[in-house]
Amino acid sequence: MDAFKSWIARSGTGSILLLALLIVVVFPLTMDIFRLNLVGKYLTYAFVAVGLVMLWGYGGILSLGQGVFFGLGGYMMAMFLKLEASDPEATKIQSTPGIPDFMDWNQLTELPLWWEPFRHLPLALIAVVAVPMVLAFIISFAMFKRRVGGVYFAIITQAVALILTVLIIGQQGYTGGVNGITDLRTLLGWDIRSDSAKYVLYFVNAGLLIGVIALCRWIQMSKLGTLLLAMRDKEDRVRFSGYDVAMFKVFAFVLAAGISAIGGAMFTLQVGFMSPSFVGIVPSIEMVIFAAVGGRMSLVGAVYGALLVNFGKTYFSESAPDLWLFLMAALFIGVVLAFPNGLAGLYESHVKPWFARRKAPKAAPAAVEPPAAPPPSPSQKSAPPAALPGGVQGQSA
Amino acid sequence: MSNTDFVLAIEDLTVSFDGFKAIDALTLYVDRGELRVIIGPNGAGKTTLLDLICGKTKASAGSIKFKNQEMTRLAEHKIVRAGVGRKFQTPSIYENLSVFKNLEVSFPRGRSVLGALGFRCTDEVKERVQSVATEIGLADALDTEAGLLSHGQKQWLEIGMLLMQEPELLMLDEPIAGMSVRERELTADLLQRICKGRSVIVIEHDMDFVKRIAHKVTVMHQGKILAEGSMEKVQADPKVIDVYLGH
Repeated sequence: MDAFKSWIARSGTGSILLLALLIVVVFPLTMDIFRLNLVGKYLTYAFVAVGLVMLWGYGGILSLGQGVFFGLGGYMMAMFLKLEASDPEATKIQSTPGIPDFMDWNQLTELPLWWEPFRHLPLALIAVVAVPMVLAFIISFAMFKRRVGGVYFAIITQAVALILTVLIIGQQGYTGGVNGITDLRTLLGWDIRSDSAKYVLYFVNAGLLIGVIALCRWIQMSKLGTLLLAMRDKEDRVRFSGYDVAMFKVFAFVLAAGISAIGGAMFTLQVGFMSPSFVGIVPSIEMVIFAAVGGRMSLVGAVYGALLVNFGKTYFSESAPDLWLFLMAALFIGVVLAFPNGLAGLYESHVKPWFARRKAPKAAPAAVEPPAAPPPSPSQKSAPPAALPGGVQGQSA
Repeated sequence: MSNTDFVLAIEDLTVSFDGFKAIDALTLYVDRGELRVIIGPNGAGKTTLLDLICGKTKASAGSIKFKNQEMTRLAEHKIVRAGVGRKFQTPSIYENLSVFKNLEVSFPRGRSVLGALGFRCTDEVKERVQSVATEIGLADALDTEAGLLSHGQKQWLEIGMLLMQEPELLMLDEPIAGMSVRERELTADLLQRICKGRSVIVIEHDMDFVKRIAHKVTVMHQGKILAEGSMEKVQADPKVIDVYLGH
């Protein structure tokens, strides 16, 4: 029982369950479908933030181009939905019926070959994760094998974000250009614009997010998680302990890309369109801010960060639209200067000790009574109570 | 180059940085089970030599053979996996992790990405961590965060991390720098214990320490070997006295 309790505390299952309770029970019960759909949209950004916790917080690799993978995932999903919405019946007024409307406007007369796989949902779903991950692999393998890192890597990811935006906008006939892919209607005949569909998609999204967090938590607790932390501090020591450091960084980058892509696909499904404005440099940096505000060492914190910043964005951009960008910048600077570990760090350094102080007087008499605790045996001694470094212990989930 | 019985055979090794030859046509052999100490004035190329052996720096010419396997073109992690361990000059440990974790991470299993995901801390691993921790005198500090250890303990921990890998060749760059007299004695004992069954190369400046541990001493100067042999022989060599030991 005690072992189970300590496992719960160590793995951060409690904080994950609390988050699940909030987004699966509390939000749906207290919000109307319009607000809930909005929260669903914010939660798709949380995927990116969670990926950044693994990549930036654990791996120490800052990427300012996560929008690329979010966007690609979203586009893969949107391409499938667009083809379904463009059946010959619905597009019979076009000069070429049966192809997406923007292609028709751009004088395309047949569907490009590379769009063909997106007629099939399974292929599209595979592409949602596979295409961003393959791209991430190519970028990161080329960079990390050459020992490019730090600021240089961040700049390259920015360049990739810019290149992809320019490419999408420039190739209007194939990608929908600056408008993106819009007017998405059904998924295998199921109308995704209806309220009931929005509810279902919200829960699918929430479930996926919790699943992804649990997966990341599992990775953090494995030796791979320890190695990522070790690499961040002493890369050479890890290399000269017989590890191929580059491949571990590639793994972190590809993992973060795959997670972001799932978020992108869920964004398309819930919001009903995808456009280059979610691919470029600005959204990529915003996503880093979500992770920074939530706490870059905390998976759960990243979700709260994404929710909080987006609530703030919605609220302030309604009441003071001109001010929002300044507020956002101030928030980022404030976080970096004043509380570098974000909300989760504040919780660790202030809220938790406060709880502990309040609990202490009550717990004291109980501890005096029975000398129940057996002396630690050598086998217990060799297993450390904390799987993680002290500084990041509790906030890591 | 020919095959030899030496655990490490370095022949005609040269490395130049923008024309400056940090190591100049150096030839050096290390026997199995030998504890070799390399001494020499600053800038003689001692650390560069270790960098070359472990792959941190790439050689311009020449060959480094470890158990008759050419090392000069292997990636760093492959050299480590072949059985070469290297300790850095400043203690290089994971400050945020516990002593236990520091040693566990160094256990030579689960070294690929997928292997690390599937790695489980079995009883075998725990036993090994325990025995290495006892060897380096940190058995009571397994749960301590490594950053809180004293300087000397950090040095031992890094040696322990290397021992976890069971290397056949262990290279230590100034292991007793910054240690107290007592810690130096303990380290000397430790080195004498761990060189059983493996070869050890130590770079050191402290002559008393060198006398205590060395089987054989190599004196380097300007990227070349100035003298080689027993401590007494080297100390009596006029060339060595001239450039390094002083009159």
